[in-house]
Amino acid sequence: MPWGEFKDIAAERRLFQRRAFVMLLLVFVLLGVLIARMYQLQVVEHDIYTTLSDKNRVQVQSVAPPRGLVYDRNDVLLAENRPVFSVTLVPERVDDMEQTLAKLRGMLSISEEDMERFQRRLLEPRRPFQELPLRYDLNEQEIARLAVHRHELPGVEVSAELVRYYPHSTLTAHALGYVGRINRQELQRIDPVNYAGTNYIGKSGVERFYEELLHGRVGYQHVETNARGRTLRVLERENPVPGEDIQLHMDLRLQRLAHDLLDGRRGAIIAIEPSTGGILALASVPGFDANLFVTGIGVEAYRSLSKSVDKPLFNRALRGQYPPGSTLKPMLAIAALDSNAVTRDKTIWDPGYYQLNSGGRRWRDWKRGGHGWVDLKSAVAESCDIYFYEAAVTMGVDTMHKYLSDFGFGEDATLDVAGALSGLLPSSDWKRAIHSEPWYPGDSVNLGIGQGFMLATPLQLATATSVIANRGHWAEPRLLKDIKGDQSIDEALPTGTHQSIELENPDDWEFVVESMAEVMHGNKGTARRAAKGAPYRMAGKTGTAQVFSLAEDEEYDEEEIRERLRDHALFVGFAPVEDPQIAVAVIVENGGSGSGTAAPVARAMFDAWLLDFSGTDSEIVVGSSGEGSH
Amino acid sequence: MQASSLFNQSARHPLSGPRGIWSVLHIDPILLFLLLTLIAGGLFVLYSGADRNLEVVKAQGIRMGVALVVMFVFAQLDPAVFRRWSPWLFLAGIVGLAAVLLVGVGAKGAQRWLAIPGLPRFQPSELMKLVVPMMAAWYLSRHYLPPRLRHVAVALLIVLAPMAMIILQPDLGTSLLVGAAGIFVVFFAGMGWRLIGAFLAMLSVAAPLMWFFVMREYQKQRVLTLLDPQSDPLGAGWNIIQSKTAIGSGGMDGKGWLQGTQSHLEFLPESHTDFIVAVLAEEFGFVGMLVLLVLYLLIVLRCLYIASTAQDSFSRLLAGALTMTFFIYVFVNVGMVSGLLPVVGVPLPLVSYGGTSGVTLMAAFGVLMSVHTHRRMISA
Repeated sequence: MPWGEFKDIAAERRLFQRRAFVMLLLVFVLLGVLIARMYQLQVVEHDIYTTLSDKNRVQVQSVAPPRGLVYDRNDVLLAENRPVFSVTLVPERVDDMEQTLAKLRGMLSISEEDMERFQRRLLEPRRPFQELPLRYDLNEQEIARLAVHRHELPGVEVSAELVRYYPHSTLTAHALGYVGRINRQELQRIDPVNYAGTNYIGKSGVERFYEELLHGRVGYQHVETNARGRTLRVLERENPVPGEDIQLHMDLRLQRLAHDLLDGRRGAIIAIEPSTGGILALASVPGFDANLFVTGIGVEAYRSLSKSVDKPLFNRALRGQYPPGSTLKPMLAIAALDSNAVTRDKTIWDPGYYQLNSGGRRWRDWKRGGHGWVDLKSAVAESCDIYFYEAAVTMGVDTMHKYLSDFGFGEDATLDVAGALSGLLPSSDWKRAIHSEPWYPGDSVNLGIGQGFMLATPLQLATATSVIANRGHWAEPRLLKDIKGDQSIDEALPTGTHQSIELENPDDWEFVVESMAEVMHGNKGTARRAAKGAPYRMAGKTGTAQVFSLAEDEEYDEEEIRERLRDHALFVGFAPVEDPQIAVAVIVENGGSGSGTAAPVARAMFDAWLLDFSGTDSEIVVGSSGEGSH
Repeated sequence: MQASSLFNQSARHPLSGPRGIWSVLHIDPILLFLLLTLIAGGLFVLYSGADRNLEVVKAQGIRMGVALVVMFVFAQLDPAVFRRWSPWLFLAGIVGLAAVLLVGVGAKGAQRWLAIPGLPRFQPSELMKLVVPMMAAWYLSRHYLPPRLRHVAVALLIVLAPMAMIILQPDLGTSLLVGAAGIFVVFFAGMGWRLIGAFLAMLSVAAPLMWFFVMREYQKQRVLTLLDPQSDPLGAGWNIIQSKTAIGSGGMDGKGWLQGTQSHLEFLPESHTDFIVAVLAEEFGFVGMLVLLVLYLLIVLRCLYIASTAQDSFSRLLAGALTMTFFIYVFVNVGMVSGLLPVVGVPLPLVSYGGTSGVTLMAAFGVLMSVHTHRRMISA
């Protein structure tokens, strides 16, 4: 058909224009849809998308506060923080994970555990470009090796974090405790906000008790990140509040001496400053290297520690519950005097054994043949068992229980010593409840010399000794001496609840203290050899705790008993008598006799504190104690 | 009326005033002004979208310069030339598409390019965006309008054949745009409303069939993602979530030029190509989007005016179809970036970075200018 000739040009144009008008309407409608959509997104839902956009780009990162430092009383650093390097991988940047891990294994020692943990985290949901740790605590050689091969290992980085370090690890392990990685149970109880950036938490000791104080408050930084998770800049930063630096009553020199004195043995020494209750030394030997636990101890190392027969992980000072033996006699002497079970002058005949009724069981004295005529003072000085058997039966269990609880037995009387046990202070109620038996007079006999059911920790013995040194005044044992920052110590340290022990005749204190001095300085004092040549007067009491009980009349020969079955040697004491500066409890497991093994240890502690260290510590005045030495 | 036409005739000679110069150059100054405004604004946004990469802006500027030259060249040709060449160009296009399917090159499992030695690589499918409406307009304008059913059927065949070939590449997005260009011709030609109704009904039946038989897995995924972006927020849904976030966070007046966090911190993907409108929306807000859409509207209005004042049916149909195709680009792109439509690879015309589509579009505007400026003396 020829072009155009026969067509109705005007009609076709009109047709087109009608159609164009329809299209124009369509254009308006579709543009209207777009504008409405934009209005919806940009005006109506603007806030939602602003939030989304900020959430995209702004990451809130928590900044872990540096943990507070711990000092001893002379400002010697006991716990500090040091940077530890770990190797981390960003999976998104790693080209070939298998190959990279194989290369890293060639360069570093990576245990199966590390590997498993890493593989597990690799599968867990995580933010893109998040760093996954592979191994902690790289040594310098490993860091250097990684630095050399860094270009071959895309996505592998070495990152640093501050980790607890104990410069005197073994010495202070049992007193300070240690921190470790937060485990699942701890995760349940900690404040997730405040611990958002923290990997470590106090597991025991001071680290645990003062966790809140030492931890500080978490800080934040708002950082702008791009889609690949790389931090571009810090928008806003709220600095963390570092943990408080704290000072302990402990004197590292005394602590070291205590360790040295027990070196090669098993035992514990507690030294307390009676006036304040401050714990000067808290040694449990053998100790362990607390630093091993911080970044996570290996299975092998842990097994060898926990399986060792010497139980280095066992804190004997706080948790070792021993029969106190004769070291309980000074406290019982106070009880007997104040309850009028005995008088100062009461004298008995000690034939070497004690019987409740004639023909009954014989309780032997430690001295075969007996002490002959003894009064209270000599009963303490010579540690006459018979005198105390009789006094115990006269007092009865309830009286003894009352007085012994006043001395802090049967409870954890400490203010801030985490993990301290309360021992066992028996009573008639207790025996009925636990053993479904009444309290027999024979039980009282045993309790009279600190045997039988009674158990006490070295810390409890030192505490009770300190109360005697204070003539009844209570100063609960504590570790914390001061907080270096602004915070007041009163807020952190719990307040003591113990009432001073009021005796009907306060002179009884001096009487018992003098009898304890007789132990050290008297002609027949059991520890007189240990006090020889001292320029000050000291008070003490030896003790021997049986590891197993002997049947009546059974002869016992120390030589034949294997070393581990020998008696525990105990000693409690304080010095100087007139103005006590230090109270000590010593236990040497299987040490034999208190007088032979434990008392010299205490003497060394006294000497060190009163004579050797006194020059540098103004708080200790030796002069007054020197005067009263004769 | 006749007098003025005479005057116009004489006005085509040089030296008769500024209007005369435009006529001699075969340029529509209004359309040129609107296009230059859009291109300039686009480069401005591109600088931000490409994260201050001046090289990208320069390359795009050069491309747009080339595209303007192409437009200018096309504008010089009489519409009659396009009409005469339509069948041959169509034939060449079909051959080209067939060649692509047989020996084409490409990436990501799709063959779209034809590499003929000595010539720059090109996409025959891109060419078909112009050629298919030309061919349909050529065919329909040979007959009385409105077209009879028979003619409509032939015209639809002209449209569907290249569409099918492009789908096979596979390139669903381009195929639909090519199809749209052809269908607009048929619509402008005056296809009956009843037929249109039937056609739409057929489409609604065909859509589910397409879902099961034509669409590939990744295309289905895109549709599913549109319906629920949160189903895979880091994967397929990422683009939509991030572009909506960019747009929404722009608010009424935007975060300011170069201040968009979504694009500059690399959350927004394709921020200088297909998703560039999200950059504009984020940095210039609702106001900026209104300005952009109004600018597109003005271009469409001018083009529809040119189409409806064209002198013959071929020119009218072609001009109208090209105009509407241009608009469909805008709608599909903005609709997809704002999460109204599934993600298909349609750039924002004359703003998105990338060459081929810009050149094709400017060639289309060249055709429109040609239609407007090559006027024959016809007595009413």
